[in-house]
Amino acid sequence: MTTDIALILLQDGIVSGAVYVLLATVLVLVFSVTRVIFVPQGDLVAFTALTLSAFETGNVPGTVWLLGFGAAAALLLELREAAAQRDRGRIIRSLLQFGAFPALIALVAVFLVPKTAPLPWKMAMSCALITCLGPIIYRIVFQPLVASSPLVLLIAAVATHLGLNSIGLHLFGPEGVRTEGFSGQPFSIFGMIVTQQAAGIIASSGMVVVGLYLFFRLSLRGRALLATAYNRRGAEIVGISTEAVGRTVFIMAGLAAAISGLLIGPTTTLYYDSGFMLGLKGFVGAIVGGMAVYPLAAAGALLVGAVEAFASFWASAYRDVIVFLLIIPVLFWRSVSSLSAEDGLE
Amino acid sequence: MSRRLIVFAPLIALLAAALMPLLLPAYQVTVITYVMIAAVACIGLVLMTGIVGMVSFGHAAFVGLGAYVSGYLSAQLGLSPWFGLAGAIVAAGVAAALIGAITVRMSGHYLALSTLCFGISFYFLVGNSELLGRFNGLTGIPPVSIGGVELRGERQTYYLALVALALVMAWCRQLLDSRTGRILRSLRTGPVIAETFGADARRYRLLAFILAAVIGGIAGWLYAHVQHFLNPTPFGLNASIDYLFMTVIGGSGQLWGALLGAGLVAIIKHELQDVLKLVFGPTTRLEMLFFAAIMIIVLQKARKGLWPYLAQKLMPQAATTASVDAAVLPHPRVKPEHGLTVLSASHLQRTFGGVVAVDDVSFDVKSGEIVGILGPNGAGKTTLFNLISGALLRSKGELSFLGQPLSRVSARDMCLRGMSRTFQHAALVPDMTALENVAIGATHLGRCGWVANSFRFDRMEERQLLGWAQHLLERVGLADKANELAGNLSLGHQRILEIARALAADPVLLLLDEPAAGLRVNEKAVLADLLNSLRTEGLAIILVEHDMDFVFRLADRLMVMNFGRRIAFGRPDEVRADGEVQEAYLGVAA
Repeated sequence: MTTDIALILLQDGIVSGAVYVLLATVLVLVFSVTRVIFVPQGDLVAFTALTLSAFETGNVPGTVWLLGFGAAAALLLELREAAAQRDRGRIIRSLLQFGAFPALIALVAVFLVPKTAPLPWKMAMSCALITCLGPIIYRIVFQPLVASSPLVLLIAAVATHLGLNSIGLHLFGPEGVRTEGFSGQPFSIFGMIVTQQAAGIIASSGMVVVGLYLFFRLSLRGRALLATAYNRRGAEIVGISTEAVGRTVFIMAGLAAAISGLLIGPTTTLYYDSGFMLGLKGFVGAIVGGMAVYPLAAAGALLVGAVEAFASFWASAYRDVIVFLLIIPVLFWRSVSSLSAEDGLE
Repeated sequence: MSRRLIVFAPLIALLAAALMPLLLPAYQVTVITYVMIAAVACIGLVLMTGIVGMVSFGHAAFVGLGAYVSGYLSAQLGLSPWFGLAGAIVAAGVAAALIGAITVRMSGHYLALSTLCFGISFYFLVGNSELLGRFNGLTGIPPVSIGGVELRGERQTYYLALVALALVMAWCRQLLDSRTGRILRSLRTGPVIAETFGADARRYRLLAFILAAVIGGIAGWLYAHVQHFLNPTPFGLNASIDYLFMTVIGGSGQLWGALLGAGLVAIIKHELQDVLKLVFGPTTRLEMLFFAAIMIIVLQKARKGLWPYLAQKLMPQAATTASVDAAVLPHPRVKPEHGLTVLSASHLQRTFGGVVAVDDVSFDVKSGEIVGILGPNGAGKTTLFNLISGALLRSKGELSFLGQPLSRVSARDMCLRGMSRTFQHAALVPDMTALENVAIGATHLGRCGWVANSFRFDRMEERQLLGWAQHLLERVGLADKANELAGNLSLGHQRILEIARALAADPVLLLLDEPAAGLRVNEKAVLADLLNSLRTEGLAIILVEHDMDFVFRLADRLMVMNFGRRIAFGRPDEVRADGEVQEAYLGVAA
């Protein structure tokens, strides 16, 4: 292997690593606040690219249907609960949150995104559609399981992934897509040729991570999230609503998934079921950070990207095996070093 | 439904299953054969996930390992499928032992995630292996033959699967209803119970992991020789998730849940696919959405799955356990003479960061004596208790037990030396009967390992252990509750049950953590009588208690703690007169 190849591989690794950083950061965030290992994150990433591609070909993306049915189910659940409590405020709020708002987004997506619309508008709408799915998933699947062990939540998350996967095939079909990206001439830094796409990915991922950081430091919502992550019961006692916090986190997860999807879409062909592997790789990064420490998680994600790039050069068929087996020693180390309480099935 | 019918229900079910191929068309017979193979795999998962509480997202990898090993040995090397079976069992067992050695130390979701990772890795490894035909697969796998007769037809393979299922089921039932099984069943609540009664929790977790893998391997062997063709797809992550769904939906806590889940999921999936294909075209996978929904609803509404629900509907009073004759131990531990020091502690100290929870505490307890430990909340009583019982390591100080110094105590070790304890918050296995819970206490008195346990070589010992447990239940006055589930007992009875379990370990020293809390007045009197008679027999007892009257009446000596320090130690009347004690309790110097 020459230095040139090594540099190219390293660049590849850093570019895909940058997307994994985004995924890992959000996985850590969701886990620390809600104890959910959000496996479907990857599915949302793939769905974003598929949505954007449907807009590009001038079709109505299947995501609209997904959003419609999902929002309806969430609305029903929420209304039933609100009606049982005879809470009129909550009825109105849920009608807005799970009724009017998703309906508006869906209508805009159907009628106001023609094939000729500019790319940023299509991207924004793809983002909006996917972001809405986050809180809907939370409401339907995870909110009723709020007091369960991480293990039960993990099983539920895997079930959700499977559900999304099967809808994905139905809505988007088995064909893969590659979306449009940042176009323009590649440029060179320190003798390395860097495409604008690569630079864009790294810059965007960095910006989102910094944005998250500022959100946590500066906003009250962000501090509520931090408080809940630190100590759930304590946060509840001082009046932070777990439900609202959960919803916020899942909105952020949806948004981050959408951005990741937009970033990764132009670099590789994505199918309805590609998301799972992406999510898992972000996840390996997250685990390196012990699901708690953000800079470590980011470093882990970059490492995963680099390992993947080099593995695909040397043993491309075993690429995924190598990445996933990497996790076992890390998990082992984490579980030995953190003497966490046993969590049973019940 | 009569009790006798319930006892014979498995046999009747087996008979019905044996008659089925004679009545059903060949296609249906094949479908049921695959359901039974999946059920075998699910039994392994029930053992690991439902019983022991280790969730696996990689079970299909072990099924695949069994299938590929046997497939390769018989198709490529021309060996008999029976060699293949041995190979499948050994391969699955060895692989699980290697993976388990690393992974069973992990807790909860970490373990689940690592199974996910090796599950995925197996799929890619096999799919890229030239030897195993890559993603195209392995063909020409011969059928199993018995006495020269090849089991090739649908009905023959049906009976092969049925026999395998019945054997695996019977084996697991037997194993779970034994000394090893009781420990395995306790592990879902965590390692504490097992460790307190002398069993190495990690070793038992590993055992469950290996047994689950071996059962998976057997299912894979069946699959290979029924299908005659293998490719990696049925052993990928989705298959693992399917198995997990089957067990959770069926009821992961019971072996029958595996059968119910495998049957339900496979049959509904099949029927649903037919309908959905008509509506949505041939490539649809929407049936998985349906299962995901069922799964989430089961997790939200009926965590224990459908079997317990069904069982309650079918047989509400299904106490099938036969009554046990009480028996005493043939060779009980030799009790030390009256008045001999059993445990002595000098200058014990334990710090948590800057907080000194136990500070320079010395005391001793003699056989035939009850020592009470008193103190306000936060005085360090529980920490002291944990230092003695081996749940915590001490920072400084010396401990000796029966004259032998204890350099490093672990809970398991202390149990074997003759110390036994109860917990402040009753730590019982709620879905085991009172009798079985008590028998957990006697675990270290048995010698039969899991092999003897699973093949019924342990009947003598089992009678003895259960008889001893029954004897203790009679002694504490819970004989009539022997076959009730511990989780259904009142809080008071649960505390008494814990004492019976602690006594089952045949201890020299008994540590009781607030045994009278939650008891009614007459129950307290019965408890006091029991403790008195245990003292007369020469047992040493340490009692942490908040009920002053109870302690002052019972204890021979009292130790009072405050802010981690011993402020008084002596006869109850001396302690009562002590100024510092009065200050600690009443806030004023008398």
